[in-house]
Amino acid sequence: MTDLTKLKIAEARDALRKGEVTSVELTEACLTAIEGAGALNAFVHKTPEIAREQAAAADTRIKAGDAPSLCGIPLGIKDLFCTKGVASQAASNILGGFKPEYESTVTSQLFDAGAVMLGKLNMDEFAMGSSNETSCYGNAVNPWRRGNDDAQLTPGGSSGGSASAVAADLCLGATGTDTGGSIRQPAAFTGITGIKPTYGRCSRWGIVAFASSLDQAGPMAKDVRDSAIMLQAMCGHDPKDSTSADLAVPDFEAMLTGDIKGKTIGIPREYRMEGMPEEIDALWAEGRKMLEDAGARIVDISLPHTKYALPAYYVIAPAEASSNLARYDGVRYGHRAKLSQGDGIVEMYEKTRAEGFGDEVKRRVMVGTYVLSAGFYDAYYNRARKVRTLIKKDFEDVFAQGVDAILTPATPSAAFGLGEMTEADPVAMYLNDVFTVTVNLAGLPGISVPAGLSKQGLPLGLQLIGRPWEEGDLLNTAYALEQATGFVAKPSKWW
Amino acid sequence: MSIDIETAARVAHLARIKVEEDELPALATAFNDILGFIEQLNEVDVEGVEPMVSVTPMRLKRRQDGVTDGGMQDKVLSNAPDAREGFFAVPKVVE
Repeated sequence: MTDLTKLKIAEARDALRKGEVTSVELTEACLTAIEGAGALNAFVHKTPEIAREQAAAADTRIKAGDAPSLCGIPLGIKDLFCTKGVASQAASNILGGFKPEYESTVTSQLFDAGAVMLGKLNMDEFAMGSSNETSCYGNAVNPWRRGNDDAQLTPGGSSGGSASAVAADLCLGATGTDTGGSIRQPAAFTGITGIKPTYGRCSRWGIVAFASSLDQAGPMAKDVRDSAIMLQAMCGHDPKDSTSADLAVPDFEAMLTGDIKGKTIGIPREYRMEGMPEEIDALWAEGRKMLEDAGARIVDISLPHTKYALPAYYVIAPAEASSNLARYDGVRYGHRAKLSQGDGIVEMYEKTRAEGFGDEVKRRVMVGTYVLSAGFYDAYYNRARKVRTLIKKDFEDVFAQGVDAILTPATPSAAFGLGEMTEADPVAMYLNDVFTVTVNLAGLPGISVPAGLSKQGLPLGLQLIGRPWEEGDLLNTAYALEQATGFVAKPSKWW
Repeated sequence: MSIDIETAARVAHLARIKVEEDELPALATAFNDILGFIEQLNEVDVEGVEPMVSVTPMRLKRRQDGVTDGGMQDKVLSNAPDAREGFFAVPKVVE
């Protein structure tokens, strides 16, 4: 079998079970691909020894007839997940040298299902960014290019390494996390599929916290079926995360029938943004037509508070981050600054955090500190939480009217060039999440599906938003959309 | 609302992040950009709206108030930048 790394998870699973390939062969093929893809800077800590050991164990399990869907499947893990004995730095210098003594719940579940870890993946520092340019490891690079132009493009962020690795066939799937769009935006920028499940579906235990009321893990994979398979293994109740939902996890893959006849799909008018590129608008209209042709009923809907989602997010997320990141004090793990004669504990904190955090992280921690500080708490933080209630109610209202899913563009543009946004003020970068951030604020499941190519030959994605806990139904609608778009384009290898 | 250099310095100290004098003007500008963006929230009528506490309407689970883990001092200290005699070591705190 050639081009093993190009296999999808479902195909590899079937081939493994039939004995046509071994996990060791599949894993070696991925390790070779990773070695040849240094230019993408996707894998930042490689774990070939662990991968080979896990692959051999998976082959034994498969031979014994005990082969869960992910058994023997090589995956990449975002650096935000704590992995026992393996560097887990959240792409920050402040966690330099940190090797957790424990394993995150999500990665534990993946390994219990037999998955193989190839290494840790690049990302924006503490998942704060939309271009993977805030990473302490340097930029991850998108395998896609604008035709013959060799300008390097961003794979998006914060899960940029995950997106780049999956799109370039370095691994069969990867974990991501999504606080404001960090799975869906990079998936859209790289022509892959990524789902953020309902808040509470995946345990947050052992995932470095950014904004705890918004953070959710999810899979990034080559298609909807693979996303369903990975999500199945990642979900489930965990007593170690008090916000983890004690709900049964359905068989997501079995729900992929492609039949969406009679489903109601809402098109929110507020997502038609001023200055939105014509090709994004055209893609959205095409998606609407495809779902209609597949038998869904399309209705125009209104989510009146959409405009206020980003400003509310940029109060709530930094506020939670300032609190979560208070733990990086140079005492228990990671970096501690060299102190001068006479420096006390406060100087130790201040110097350590100044050296360890990058500019964007510092900015957000300080904005968060400000909006939570005495005198401003009500004006900013409480007001933002009230607006969040209204944003969630917008969705509840349309679901109550019988809407099953909502179709929107995934991003306001195709992937942009690395460095192109550095001159812009921070707010310009924040606008990347304009279509995705509402979903985090409302705690809903959202999926990005590649749906077409831009004029410059770059992938564009559509987003579907589902009802809470109905990831199965959402995946099925995404599956119908995927079948209709027939998106199969891949980047040409230049790396 | 406009953030001046003094406020930027105060916030940096509250956040325990050392910011050099000459970096404060740029920091104040960045704050003002972000806060200017956030100001839009004042357009929303939030009269009578409850601030969101939990995005999913679930009761937090309760559990037995008992010891479930422990006895791993070496693991707890294994990543410390400075650990001595079974403790985290820090600069002198009390005079």
